[in-house]
Amino acid sequence: MDLASLTLTELQGRFRSGAASPTEAVRAVLDSIANKDAAIGGYLSHDAETALREAAQADVSLPLGGIPIAIKDLINVKGQPCSCASKILHGKYTAPYDATVIQRLRAAGAIPLGRTNMDEFAMGSSTENSGLQITRNPHDPSRIPGGSSGGSAAVVAANEAIAALGTDTGGSIRQPASHCGCVGLKPTYGRVSRFGLVAFASSLDQIGPMTKSCEDAARILGVIAGRDSNDSTSLDLPVPDYTATLNDGVKGLRIGLPKEYFIDGIDPAVRDRINAAVETLAAQGAEIREVSLPNTKYAVATYYIIATAEASANLARFDGVRYGHRSTVADTLLSQYTRSREEGFGDEVKRRILLGTYVLSAGYHDAYYVRAQKIRTLVRDDFTRAFAEVDVIASPTSPTAAFRIGENSDDPLHMYLADIFTIAANLSGIPGLSVPCGTVPSDKGTALPVGLQLLGKPMDEATLLRAGNSYEIAGRG
Amino acid sequence: MPDIDVTRTANLARLELSPEETVRFHEQLQHVVNYMALLEEVDVSDIEPTAHAVPVFDVMREDVARPGFTADEALANAPRRVGDQFHVPKVIE
Repeated sequence: MDLASLTLTELQGRFRSGAASPTEAVRAVLDSIANKDAAIGGYLSHDAETALREAAQADVSLPLGGIPIAIKDLINVKGQPCSCASKILHGKYTAPYDATVIQRLRAAGAIPLGRTNMDEFAMGSSTENSGLQITRNPHDPSRIPGGSSGGSAAVVAANEAIAALGTDTGGSIRQPASHCGCVGLKPTYGRVSRFGLVAFASSLDQIGPMTKSCEDAARILGVIAGRDSNDSTSLDLPVPDYTATLNDGVKGLRIGLPKEYFIDGIDPAVRDRINAAVETLAAQGAEIREVSLPNTKYAVATYYIIATAEASANLARFDGVRYGHRSTVADTLLSQYTRSREEGFGDEVKRRILLGTYVLSAGYHDAYYVRAQKIRTLVRDDFTRAFAEVDVIASPTSPTAAFRIGENSDDPLHMYLADIFTIAANLSGIPGLSVPCGTVPSDKGTALPVGLQLLGKPMDEATLLRAGNSYEIAGRG
Repeated sequence: MPDIDVTRTANLARLELSPEETVRFHEQLQHVVNYMALLEEVDVSDIEPTAHAVPVFDVMREDVARPGFTADEALANAPRRVGDQFHVPKVIE
């Protein structure tokens, strides 16, 4: 029995019955990494020695006692590298502190094990923008794992990890979860502290669990959620036990299908899987109805103005002064900035900094940035209106399954448009969950995972997890 | 549609682009900027901008000093350090 192939909940059961120890579990994960990661490339680094030492001291009575969890490489874990998959930080930055989510995982007994690959500074939807290495989809190594949390999704899907943390700014937890066949949850904005998360877009970023089951996601969310005095955007609201209502079923749950989402651009095989998933939920007692989100068509443009504007401000700190790459061919202060950043950042990061700087610059600020913020209000109001009629909104997470590595690298805009189903949730601050709902065949005969996305009211992660769990159980039966 | 001035924008963003990058990024970014013209068709009169989707206000804490990094911790990742200071190129002529 390979302990690395268990869910977090199953592994915890083994610990508590004495059937397995955290040391054995960490060894199993390390063996899995040694056997599989050369081909998949999900991890940028991992510290076996520290993980084994922590496993030996683990207290399995704690909520996540002895459970190893892989961490996306932009969340600070004290003493570990934090590269954001960028040459500007690779080998040049060791985290001097634990992010709040890491402090909470540790207090619950979990073991942060491994730094996972990602699109550089979380900018991308395929992990191809990593400045350091390629990650391959475990279901088909010629294809992307999705992004930007592609490394986290891949290692969970390949059983190279029990669970992982990812981050989601425009879909970066949900979409790779969909492409790799695992569960991914983006919490409500403000539900989880961003202290210690390297910021991409401060009004959009959230940290969330990427797991093998909805129950596992519920357990991790319960530990990391809650107000943090170090993050003034975190919400001062109680954290429920997300596992308490997991098995309550979906009888009477009103599920809305947005008519603007079910459009021609969805791959027909993906659409079939989503329809089948919705029918399964209907068979379990959910009521399915149509809703309208009329401002859907503006969401991608709105997002790429707001997110890049915020990113251009957040990435100004990478200037070669206090940490990270400093150019050796700069002789003035100004050229130290311009050359360090030129040498350290990859293409997509430069493009987004330029775009963000442009939309904020004098003469363009009102026409682009302020206008986008107003349209953001309209996008959010669409959801508020829809949630007066339904409890959950369902859609594909992505219009297609994973594409081939290299297929879209030359066309940034084409890549941006694929975020159409995930992006509005970040603009609106609402929570979103992607659960695996089958596979579609590729032209090579590999089976590519498809994700069902469920969106919920602010702070209603419990309903999303209940619906996702209900679907999961029905799928197994 | 306005033509994005990549050179001017790069200067504002403190990026020293190569000539090849300037041309390539201009083409790619102009494509994106042209796509954003879509937003002009929306009637935004009387709409308040949203900067913060799930807003909180007046988040305060007690004005009490708390422990922070030591100088060594803060300087641990410094590209160049002299004593307890970050060493940088000359700032003032």
